[in-house]
Formats: sequence, structure tokens, C-alpha cells
Amino acid sequence: MIDPDLLEPLDLLELRGVSRDFGSFKAVDAVSLAVRAGTRHAVIGPNGAGKSTLFSLISGTLPATAGSLLLDGRDVTRLPVNRRVGLGIATTFQHSSLFMRETALENVLLAVVRRAGSGLGIGRPLRSRRTALARAHALLDQVGLPSRHDTPAAELSHGERRQLEVAVALATEPRLLLLDEPAAGMSPVETARLTEVVAALPGEVTVLLIEHDLDMVFELANVVTVMHLGRHLTTGSPAEVRASPEVQAAYLGTMEVTR
Amino acid sequence: MSPNSGTDIGTAARAGSAARRVPAVMVLAGLALAPFVLGSYAVGTLSRILVLALLAMSVNLLTGLTGLATLGQSAYFGVGAYTAAIVARKLTDVGVVQLLAAAAVSALVATATGWLAVRARGVVFLMLTLAIGEIVYSAAVNWKSLTNGTDGMSGIPPVVPLPGMPALELDGLVYFYVLAVFLVLFAMVAHLAGTPFALALRGIRDNEDRMRAIGYPTRRYALTVYGGAGALAGAAGALWVSVQRFVSPGDAGFEIAALALLAAVIGGSGRIWGACAGAALVWLTRDYLGNLEVVDGHGKLLLGALFVTAVYTLPRGLTGIRVPRGLRSVAWPSRKRTA
Amino acid sequence: MGGWLDSHLVSVVDGVAFGLLLFTLAVGLSLVFGLMDVLNLAHGTLYLAGAYVAYALSDGSLWALLLALVAGVAAGTLGGAALTLLTQPLARRGHLDQAVLTLGITFIAADLLAASFGGEVLPTDPPTALRGSADLLGHTYPIYRLVFIGVALAAAALVYLVFERSSLGALVRAAVADRDMVRALGVDTRKVLYGVFAFGAALAALGGVLGAPILGPGPGVDETVLVLSLVVVVVGGLGSVRGALVGALLIGQVQTLGVALLPEYAPFLLFGTMLAVLVVRPRGLLPSAVRT
Repeated sequence: MIDPDLLEPLDLLELRGVSRDFGSFKAVDAVSLAVRAGTRHAVIGPNGAGKSTLFSLISGTLPATAGSLLLDGRDVTRLPVNRRVGLGIATTFQHSSLFMRETALENVLLAVVRRAGSGLGIGRPLRSRRTALARAHALLDQVGLPSRHDTPAAELSHGERRQLEVAVALATEPRLLLLDEPAAGMSPVETARLTEVVAALPGEVTVLLIEHDLDMVFELANVVTVMHLGRHLTTGSPAEVRASPEVQAAYLGTMEVTR
Repeated sequence: MSPNSGTDIGTAARAGSAARRVPAVMVLAGLALAPFVLGSYAVGTLSRILVLALLAMSVNLLTGLTGLATLGQSAYFGVGAYTAAIVARKLTDVGVVQLLAAAAVSALVATATGWLAVRARGVVFLMLTLAIGEIVYSAAVNWKSLTNGTDGMSGIPPVVPLPGMPALELDGLVYFYVLAVFLVLFAMVAHLAGTPFALALRGIRDNEDRMRAIGYPTRRYALTVYGGAGALAGAAGALWVSVQRFVSPGDAGFEIAALALLAAVIGGSGRIWGACAGAALVWLTRDYLGNLEVVDGHGKLLLGALFVTAVYTLPRGLTGIRVPRGLRSVAWPSRKRTA
Repeated sequence: MGGWLDSHLVSVVDGVAFGLLLFTLAVGLSLVFGLMDVLNLAHGTLYLAGAYVAYALSDGSLWALLLALVAGVAAGTLGGAALTLLTQPLARRGHLDQAVLTLGITFIAADLLAASFGGEVLPTDPPTALRGSADLLGHTYPIYRLVFIGVALAAAALVYLVFERSSLGALVRAAVADRDMVRALGVDTRKVLYGVFAFGAALAALGGVLGAPILGPGPGVDETVLVLSLVVVVVGGLGSVRGALVGALLIGQVQTLGVALLPEYAPFLLFGTMLAVLVVRPRGLLPSAVRT
């Protein structure tokens, strides 16, 4: 007989008591959390809740001071960023973090080429790497930038840059895509377009996002985690979270401040 | 110049790639015919310009492409020059062997010293490379058993390009040897500029953190280009010895490093030939104007003036090569859609 | 241990003197970079200018030395102000442009100085009153160097106190940490910039005046001291007075005691030290608290 547990969706990412101290300040305090494969999981919370630090711990840009992180049951706590990328964790950053002097296509190509091959890439020139070029073009079309392939990132609008960020992250063929406040500083139109792009991602990409724009969160997410003062407050469906009195107490009290 | 003209290079390249070849063909023809028109001294100067151009290209690989401003390429130039001189005196007068030995030893020294240097970025990197250059210079002065100290090494036999060929005694023939090697190395760097490796180096220059976040071991890339640039500088050093038939600590000195950096900065726009044009300008200024009666013996003054003038009057020449991650555009040849 | 120290005492004390000499250069270099983000490769030229002033004015009397000090400091201050003026337009253009500009200035100054003073290193005699040797725990040691150590230590202490303990120092440190913040407080940061640059330059020139009898002026000396003080700054940590002091004393020992102990490795000791320090402490021994 097949163990019914095996048919359950697996935890793609598991955090066990993960903490990050800055001196005596606990930015993230013993957070335990499971992200199921295939979900659209949002982390919300007032400013200073530790969401961004938590993301850094997951992506590996900051080391955790305690606890462990498991990707597919494998301990990745001590792995550096580039190794985690290799295992399928991709991040878009809160502040647009692109290669400004390069074109949109080149931005995506960097990630595509890295994913496609080992080695330093000294052999064949880019223009003869047709598979990589085709994939980069396809990704740009996918995130809604079909006419901007040859535009340097510096000349893209803010919203377009966020879309490009998503394309770069997708190019690493992630299993887990971390979106750090993707809608920050975007116009409603731009936010709507980005929401569409994320919603249209294939099911095998698990999405974990931090977002202040609760409309976007409730439109996209099927699981919501609330953090408060570095701690994990609650996790549940959007409806459960919306109804939770302790969430309202922690969150709504500071809503005016955050937005 | 429109504010964003630098970003349209790819477009321009597509529109006029045939037209763009015309000047290249003319320069090539000029270089090939030069010895038949110019006097011996001028041909020697042209050889030295080609060597300096290779060194400037080596600087440009680090400074323009990767965003690591260096003042230490004279170190690997000097290591290559001394290696070639020792090989020439003790082992063989075959130029290719000298070149390969010089490139290999320089690459080795560059990788060993670069292991420290590429840990740093920005000004600290610049300081480290400056210190490495100075240390190699003092090694050239003090390690007398190997380098003959400040007297330098003379008695280097004329170069035999390939086994079985005659030794090149005439300046014009040496020039053709230098030109041939120059073209081969230029083609190699031009090929490199179109590879994913070069794109990755541009990525490091623009946003190293992001490069790591998409999975690049950036330090390994930086060390690789550092070693490669060292090999290129070493090969240039070997050619230098074939031209001069003499090597002294000055060839590994600060002035050479500064000249090469200046050439790379002036040529600057990030295109490979820019560094070569810069090298020509710098060397001609130094060599010809420095020989005029008015400025006799004031080569350094002239050079300094050239530095200062370049900074103030050629900001655009400098933009492509600047270290900070500004929003202004780049001009290292970018590869566009071909699919 | 006592025997070892005894036989190398002269080298150790020489190292202290040389280290303090480097400190007078490195501290300005480090602060100017920390505060203004300006890489001043003409810093060695300021030392050279000070040393030539000392040479030109020296006639064996203490008055001449005093006059040289005043003239040197004045020249250094002016030089610093001029360098600020020249580098300010490039403030937004990055370190490479500053490096090229200040290198150009170095070359021009070196050429002019060589034209005036010739191409030889000029040994400069200390004032008659400070010549001769003293007994230092059984070793004869030049009096001038001991006096130099004393004066340079006093200068270092003064710099340290002003920078770390006075309100003026606090202002400079705040400006290093966050220039916009200080500007928001209503302070004219340009004055602070000029002040620090001029001060650092004056200190380097002072080092030149006092250091002339130890490391005499000549072509190439500007380069030598520049590279050594860059190494000091890298080893000590950018933007910090304490770092500059510790780095300078360490490099001073490496250049004297190290060379005395391991003469055959002399050219590589400097690099080896830098390597060792940077592998263990990538940002230097005592970097400033803020990111630079």
C-alpha cells in the first residue's frame, strides 16, 4: 500500500526555529514555518516584523544565528547564496537590483547561461548560443516585456524593472521564487500587471512573497503567514487570517503607519 | 552626442557593420604597410605602441570590463619581460616559446597575487594592485642573481619567431612579428568580449551582489579574468623584450602601470580598439613631444599634463570605463539579438 | 628574549620612527578617503615637498628647522586646499578619475621638483644641536631619531585626541559616517572637507620636514612613501585614525626589523604582511565603524 502521507503535497521549504540577531536585537525570533510545494504563500506583517530579514535568511544573503532551513528535507542552513540558487531558490529584491547598464535581454541571459552550463563560458560566443537566446527572449515575453529586449535596464520604468526582476529570477529555473515586496513603489496599473505575471506562473514554481499591498496578497496567495516583532504569529488561508482577531490586533494597529 | 548614444551601440553595429569595417581595414592596411614608408625609429615606436596597446587591453579587461581599476599590470608585464629575457638568454631564441613561457609565468604570478587582490573592490583593490606593482618592481631591483638588478639584462639574442625561421635583426621585421602576435591576441580578446564570460564580468561590474544571487561564484570569475589579464600583460612583456632586446626594473615600474591605465582610460569607451588608440596617443605624446627641444627632459611633466587634461576634457572617454555603478551606459561591445 | 631584543633594539626603534613617519602620511590619506571618498595619489608629493623645504632651509640651526616647519605646514595646507579644489568637480565621477587626476599632479610636481633640486636623493642634515648619538640601553642611537619619535608621538597623540575626543573630531567623524546627516544639521560640510584635506596635507608636509633627515627628498621618494602609506591604510583599515596608527607601526617594523631579520625576502615582506592581515581581517585591523 502507498502511504497516504506520500500523496500529500510536500513541504518544499521548512524553517525550524530560525533566528537572526543583530546584537541584542532579535530581527527574526525562532520562526518555524513550512511552505508547501506549489503554493502561493505570502508573508505579511507591520514594518519591522522581520519579513525582509526572514527572506534574507531563506535566500542566504544573511546567515541565520540559530535554527535550520530545509529545502526538500535537505539542510541548506550553511550553504552560500550561489549554492542555494543552484538548488532552486531564486530571489527578487525589494530595491530593484538589476544590471543597469546591460539590456533587458542581457540581464536575463546572465541567469539563463548560468543555469544552462557549468564552466566559465569562455568557449562559444553568446550570439551562437541559440538555445539560451531563445529561452531569454521567451522569458521576457512571458513577464510582459516583449518590446523591451534591447533596452538597457536603466531606461526601463520602475514597473518594467520589477517585471524584468521576475524574468531574471525565473531564468534560474527556481522551485521556490522569493518575491520581496514586488509591488513597492508601483502604480496600480503596474501592480495589476505584475500580479497577472505572478498568477500566471506555472504550478511547479512555488512562490513565497512579502508584500504590503494587501489587495495583491489576497488576490495571489492561498496561504498567508503573519509576522509580528520578529515572531511567527499565525499561518492560514487568506480568509482565516483576515478573520483572526490577534492578527487584527497586531497588524491593524499599525496599518496607518505602514500605508 | 545624445545623452544615451552610448546605449545604441548595438543598434548602430547592426545598421552599419559593413561601414564599420572600412576603418578597421584601413588601419590594418596602414599597419601592414608602415615599415615600407616609415624610418627605422618610427617603426620601432610603432612596435612599442602595439606592445603598450596589448598592455592597455589587459588593463581594460579588468578596469573597463570588470570594473576593477588597477595600477598593477606593470607587475605582470615585468614578470613576462624578465621571463622572456631569461628564456631568450638561457634556453632558446624562439619567440613563440618566450611568449608562452612569459604568459604562463605571468598568469601564475597573477593568479597567486590576484588571490589576495580580488578579495577587495574599489579603492582597496586599486591600492593592493599598486602595492603588488611596487613589490614586483623592488624584486626586480633587489633580486640581483635573477634580474641583474638596476643594470638590467642585455645581450638578448634577436628573436626567431618560429623554429626554423631566421633571426629577426631588422626593426621592420621585428615589427611584423609584433604585429602578427598583436593581431592574434587582439582576436582572442575580441572573441572573449562576445562570450558569456565577458557578460558575466560586466554583471560583476554592475551589480556583484545580484550576480551572486543568480548563482555566480563571482570571486572565481574575478580571479580568472585577473589571471588572464596577467597572461596578456606577460605576453606583452615578452614582445617588449623582443623589441628592446633589453629589460630593466623600469619596465616593471610604476610609470608603465600609469601609462597603461591612462591609455585604457583615454581609449576608454570600453571598445577594445579604444585601448589601442589610447596607447598610441599616450606613447606618441611621450615619445615625440618628449623629444622636442622645449620639453627636453620633461617627459614626466608632459605626461602629468596629459593625465590632468584627459580627466577634465574627456569625461565621455572616461564614462564607459568608470568603476561606480552609475546609470550611464556602457560601451563594451554588447551582443544583441541574433535569434 | 632579552638577548634577542638587545641585538635588534636599533631595528625596533628605527621601526617605531619609520612607523610614526608613515603615520603622518597615512592618517591624512585615510581620513580624506573616509570623509570625502577621494583617493589622493598625490599624497606622497606633499611629503616630498615638505622634505625639500627642510633641505632648502636647513642651515644647521634649530631656527631653520622651525622656519621649515612653518613653511612646510603652510605649503601643505595650500596644497591640500588646491587638491580639494581640483578634485571636487570629480566628486561624482568615481575613484578612477580621481586616481588619474592625482597621478597626473604627482607627475607634474615630481618633474618640477626634480628640475629645481636635481635628480639625486639629497641627504638632509638635522640641526647641529640634534646631531650626534645618544646611549640607548647600551647602543648608540642618533639623537635626532629619538627627538623625531618624541615629536611624532606628540603629534599622533594630538591627532588622536582631536579626532576621537573633541567636539570638532566628533563632527568630522559624523561627517565621515553620514555627510548628508551632518549637512542636515546645518553644518557647512564643505568647510569640513576643506579643513580635513588641508589638515591631512599639512600633516604629510610636516612629516616631510621632520622626516627629511631620515628619508631624504629625491625623485621616486614620493612614490615610495605613497605606496607605503597606502599599504598602511589598507592594513590598518580605511577611515580610522587608530587603524592608521596601528598599521603604520606594524609596517614600520616590517620595513626595518623584518628586513634586518630576513634580508633575502625583503621585497616580499610587505606583500606578505598585507596578505596575512587581509586574509584574517579583510577590512583591515581597525576599520572605522562605518562602511566606507
